[in-house]
Amino acid sequence: MSWLPKSPKARRRLTLVGAIAPVLALAIGLTLWGLRDSISFFYTPSQAAKANPPPGRTVQLGGLVRMGSVTKHPDGRVEFVVADRTAYDKVTFQGDLPDLFREGQGIVATGAFREDGVFEARQVLAKHDERYMPRELTKALKEQGEWRGDGSTPGYAKAQTP
Amino acid sequence: MISEIGAFCLMLALAFAGAQVGLSAAGRVRRSTVLAAAGEGAAVASFLGVALAFACLVHAFVTSDFSVANVAANSHTEKPLLYKVAGAWGSHEGSMLLWCLALTGYGAAAATLGRGLPQGLKALMVATQGVLGLVFLAYTVFASNPLVRIPLNAVPVEGRSLNPLLQDPALAIHPPFLYSGYVGMSVVFSLAVAALIEGRVDAAWARWVRPWALAAWSLLTVGIMLGSFWAYYELGWGGWWFWDPVENASFMPWLIATALLHSAIVTEKRGALAGWTLFLALGAFTFSMLGAFLVRSGVLTSVHAFAVDPKRGVLLLLILGFTAGAGFGLFAWRAPRLSKGGVFAPISRESALVLNNILLAAATTAVFLGTLFPLIREAMTGEAISVGPGFFNIAFTPMMAVLAVVLPAGPLLAWKRGDLQGVGQRLMLAAAVAVGAGLLTLALVSPRKALGALGVAVGAWLIAGAVTELAERTRAFRVPAADSLRRLVGLPRGAWGMTLAHLGLGVFVLGACFEIGWRGEAAETLPIGGTLDVAGYHLVLDRVAPVDGPNFDADQAIIKATKDGAPVCTGRPERRVYPAGGQTTSEVAICYRGFSHLYMVLGERRENPAGKAGPPVWLVRAYWNPWATLIFLGPIIMALGGVISLSDRRLRLGVAARSRPATEPEPAKGKKPREQPA
Repeated sequence: MSWLPKSPKARRRLTLVGAIAPVLALAIGLTLWGLRDSISFFYTPSQAAKANPPPGRTVQLGGLVRMGSVTKHPDGRVEFVVADRTAYDKVTFQGDLPDLFREGQGIVATGAFREDGVFEARQVLAKHDERYMPRELTKALKEQGEWRGDGSTPGYAKAQTP
Repeated sequence: MISEIGAFCLMLALAFAGAQVGLSAAGRVRRSTVLAAAGEGAAVASFLGVALAFACLVHAFVTSDFSVANVAANSHTEKPLLYKVAGAWGSHEGSMLLWCLALTGYGAAAATLGRGLPQGLKALMVATQGVLGLVFLAYTVFASNPLVRIPLNAVPVEGRSLNPLLQDPALAIHPPFLYSGYVGMSVVFSLAVAALIEGRVDAAWARWVRPWALAAWSLLTVGIMLGSFWAYYELGWGGWWFWDPVENASFMPWLIATALLHSAIVTEKRGALAGWTLFLALGAFTFSMLGAFLVRSGVLTSVHAFAVDPKRGVLLLLILGFTAGAGFGLFAWRAPRLSKGGVFAPISRESALVLNNILLAAATTAVFLGTLFPLIREAMTGEAISVGPGFFNIAFTPMMAVLAVVLPAGPLLAWKRGDLQGVGQRLMLAAAVAVGAGLLTLALVSPRKALGALGVAVGAWLIAGAVTELAERTRAFRVPAADSLRRLVGLPRGAWGMTLAHLGLGVFVLGACFEIGWRGEAAETLPIGGTLDVAGYHLVLDRVAPVDGPNFDADQAIIKATKDGAPVCTGRPERRVYPAGGQTTSEVAICYRGFSHLYMVLGERRENPAGKAGPPVWLVRAYWNPWATLIFLGPIIMALGGVISLSDRRLRLGVAARSRPATEPEPAKGKKPREQPA
């Protein structure tokens, strides 16, 4: 192969570039392709009302579970209302709720809005740690003045706060 | 009193770490053995100080001393002893102390064990380790001290207890493994910094790096596996890996360490890739620190993160920036001067290892991007987004698949210039086994899944490839059996280690692909006597009865499983309520059927669909996870390979110095230097 450079160093460099380039292209291609399909936006109910995501698009909905809104149906379906200061959304979820799911607590639901505006959740996330709140939610709630205490406060009192 | 002693010891350890830096650096500058030895003494003293402080914290937990704030927040008198001890590292503050314990422990070990290292390099390594100790101890003492007392009038009678999800044997031992793995990379980091300052990276240096990298890698492998196993049976979601930021945070250093282990071989045997090996050595600990930062700062939403404290996050980010910045700055400044080392042909063992490194680095980058993309996106557009597991499946898995396909060829290639055709011939049998396994899966396992069968074929290919490699080394079937056996016994442990690690990867791939391809899932609300079917198993909810635990109350279900009418097993999943924190957890029941798991979860109690008067119903979920045991067995085999390789005589620190230069064949193995382990 006469077109190859003569110096062994240059040859090695060429080989290395030849090996790295396809992997790099593969990695970048896969990354971009992967990101296109698997990122989902986070909204609070009022942000969702403004952004109005098309039905069926996967998004995350975060907010506080409104007190007294949880209805558990015997067939395993759960309905509740996720609210922020100005808006609320009805959420329906089929399955077992996380152990830390409680009324009045912040949650993040992953799913999609239906045509009728009800949010159908595929996954509901509450935290292992009752002191913790998802960061997007903390920020969104703080901006709306709906924030109920710092995440790091020891929860002696917080555990009782509805 | 005891916690004051602990706090004092911690301060003392901080002072010793400072002395360690000063003395060792002075020892290097003045070329003074006495000063350097004093620096090593300070490293040991620093470790003893942290060890005492840690012992005091454990004592406070065991005796339930609620005047210590951390104990009050994370312990409870009714907690079983194991979890009282584990509570010491269950919180942010305690885990930072564990981190410091591991860090100073490695520092002391490096100072006492590294007898064979050249004076200058060793002094610089101890000094760098001292800087790391200084930074992290300062952070622990001033920003997250676990031994701080509560004012006397506010001391609670009872503690708030450890988060019940963390009260589990696997999670009790998971942090010590994970942290010893994470922090083990600090020695590698220090060695890299020392070598950069000395301006010499050669085969001997790579040989000193390897035992530390191997030890840390093995511990990290076990640590990640334990975490995954915990998530598998404690969260009750039926899965074992969720691509959660916290999981990724522990996985990225592992990927880099794996790449480092392989590139260090090239540097050791051939003197090539010195700069790249250094880069990885710096990167491994940088990713460990990044992990610590991600888990603790709360910048990313994760189901596992610690409670959030922005101030600490900023401090940890500063530490990360300072340490990694200094390391890589030094690298940029000094690395161009390093000698380039030997050349090799495009088809050679070196090239195979380079390809391994390229793929691992690319995979790490993909995981890194996916983990941090929400942060980047939010900084740029202000929109909050999240990256789902789909991204990682698309971006990460193909690269690992390519890696798995080329892997068996690597160890069979010769150094410098390999013979691809010969390797292909020798791998014929392994390829036949792989194709056969894939076709057999396609034919026998229903429903028919091409991708799953392909995964099984790749797993079989890896296992058969590892066995082929062993057969090649022993010349099995080509020389008399007794001769082969003698060769097998005489194989260096490093070779065994490599074979086992590759075999373990194959076992893992086999399990993971089979589980993902053919898992079954069912969920329903059942009254007593109700039935649920999953993957051919017939489950009957026999009864639900209350059970008392040491620090919880539980509802325990008795679920009888049958297959084709024959009883299989009885599962006892529980739903536990911990009064101390008011939390509920589910305790999964797993029936082991060979390598497969029948996994049962008891969910919420609901009212009867017919009306409030009727008997209650329970939400019961069941999963069929075929070959799931292999997923956890694989990493154990890999870690075992690491440990066996670590016990190789030629990797011991003292020996390394004597056998320099590395290209010189050793007396015992002089006849076949080519067959040294890769």
